[in-house]
Amino acid sequence: MELVHATLTQQRDAIARGDVSAVELTQAYLDRIAQHDPALGSYHEVFPERALKTAAAVDAGEITGPLAGVTLGVKDLFCTDYGTTTCSSKMLAGYRSPFTATAVQRLEDAGAVVLGKTVMDEFALGSSCETCAHGGARNPWDTDRVPGGSSGGSAAAMAGSLAAATLGTDTGGSIRQPAALCGVVGFKPSYGRVSRYGMVACASSLDQAGTFTRSVADAALLTKLMAGADANDNTCADRHVPEDLDAVDTPVPGLRIGLPKQYVLEGANHPAVQAAVDAACALYRDQGAELVEVDLPHTKYGIPAYYVQMTAELSSNLARYDGVHYGHRTDRPTTDPAELTALSREEGFGDEVKRRIMLGTYVLSGGYEQQYYDRALRVRRLIRNDFDAAFDAQGAGVHAILCPTTTGPAFKRGELIDDPLAMYLNDVYTVNVNLAGICGISLPAGTAQVDGSALPVGVQLIGPAFGEQTLLQVARQYEQHAGHTELRAPIG
Amino acid sequence: MSDAPVISEAQVRQVAKLGRLKLTDDEVAHFTGQLAAVLEHIATLNQLDVTGVEPLAHASDRHSVLRDDVPGPTLAPDVALQNAPDRQDAFFKVPKVLGQGGGA
Repeated sequence: MELVHATLTQQRDAIARGDVSAVELTQAYLDRIAQHDPALGSYHEVFPERALKTAAAVDAGEITGPLAGVTLGVKDLFCTDYGTTTCSSKMLAGYRSPFTATAVQRLEDAGAVVLGKTVMDEFALGSSCETCAHGGARNPWDTDRVPGGSSGGSAAAMAGSLAAATLGTDTGGSIRQPAALCGVVGFKPSYGRVSRYGMVACASSLDQAGTFTRSVADAALLTKLMAGADANDNTCADRHVPEDLDAVDTPVPGLRIGLPKQYVLEGANHPAVQAAVDAACALYRDQGAELVEVDLPHTKYGIPAYYVQMTAELSSNLARYDGVHYGHRTDRPTTDPAELTALSREEGFGDEVKRRIMLGTYVLSGGYEQQYYDRALRVRRLIRNDFDAAFDAQGAGVHAILCPTTTGPAFKRGELIDDPLAMYLNDVYTVNVNLAGICGISLPAGTAQVDGSALPVGVQLIGPAFGEQTLLQVARQYEQHAGHTELRAPIG
Repeated sequence: MSDAPVISEAQVRQVAKLGRLKLTDDEVAHFTGQLAAVLEHIATLNQLDVTGVEPLAHASDRHSVLRDDVPGPTLAPDVALQNAPDRQDAFFKVPKVLGQGGGA
């Protein structure tokens, strides 16, 4: 069925017109998962019965809404009161949540059909989907390569047309980086735009839910439906969500695109990535936009500041896994409660989780807090100030900043897994957006030829805090004219 | 730079203990090298003068949000305990820790 490769909006309209039933479309996706996912490993758990039952209720008119009958894959970090929620960790193997995350609930309330939970880097820590406790997802463009991470399963499922859209979370690039490596649209809204209730906490001041989609309009529609205040999350912004957030076809008058001079890393970018950014510049110039150089002088301090604050928050959040209340408990005999916890955590957590817990514990430990944590927070302020100046609406600020999403296309499995610092540098173009709490989107920008494989590359557009509407309009303008909307992974 | 932090194996054992992680000797050696590389990268933050810069802990514009103090639904004990590794009645159960010559 060709419709499985179409946009979510097209599928929704096809169901509404009666061209296809929700059950037929859901079954087509379940069939594709059965056929392709053994090779891709993008789903941790699939819910065929529940999905078909929901789809049947849509066909019977019992479930209506702006997403009636369209399918979703959900990162296995969003709690669902059905199935398990494991964060791809042995620590949470078999964990059954008593509640459903707000983001998921709102999309289901709008009629979406959840197909299953997608594989991720363990506790969202990684950029390759290799740190998960069971297998790991692969890139549909070349299964010897990583799909990116941490939301790698959601990116791979989207690229493989194994759902109409998928949900991810982005703490330092975990939506945008895998979206770029898999050739799909990956959108991270501003911090606080979407409730974090029911998202297993990674780094609480940075985590944000977002989407993988085939189109910018799909990302806008899903965001509109997920966004808005939530009594269950005090950090969720009590701000107006534009009713026409998904009306992305309107071009921005007097468009000004910022090009950060610090993002032109000498020799760091793969030629295809640089070519994609250059082509995007030309596209916007042809569309009448003004291209402006912007100065983000603290860019290079983003990665070190991020790894201080993110690990500090992570080590605190993961302290809850104590082998007592829920999660893995050791079978080894002990009568010491501290040892019970330490043994359970030794067995339940993988290496990357342990590394980051230790790093976070170290930077928060007595005598080092000023040197690391406090300094990182001050640097975070400087990074935010850089963006505020670039977007300054009072002066000659830009509407959006254009840059690469990643330095290159997907790398091979195993290539970086034992070099944490090199893995962390994957986030070089994405992490500052999280530190500043602003929004960013990665768009498919063609392919690079690497060792006989065509591999996708992405370009990133960055907008100010709660400036989703303008950012999505600017993104749509690229999508409409760049000619990459038919990009599909070669898996049939 | 001269004050680049180099983390020692003893410090790694100490943070592992504080973080409630049991590590083998091989793991200690392995992690020490990796953490040292990351900490050296983090030390680039020392190049910046941050005097007088206000720390930014989070980018949210909401602070100390309060709600009305009214009772709401809570999880039933059976639901709250459904993921417990071990339980007895309405309690989480842990190995016996008293009567070892210490304790209360």
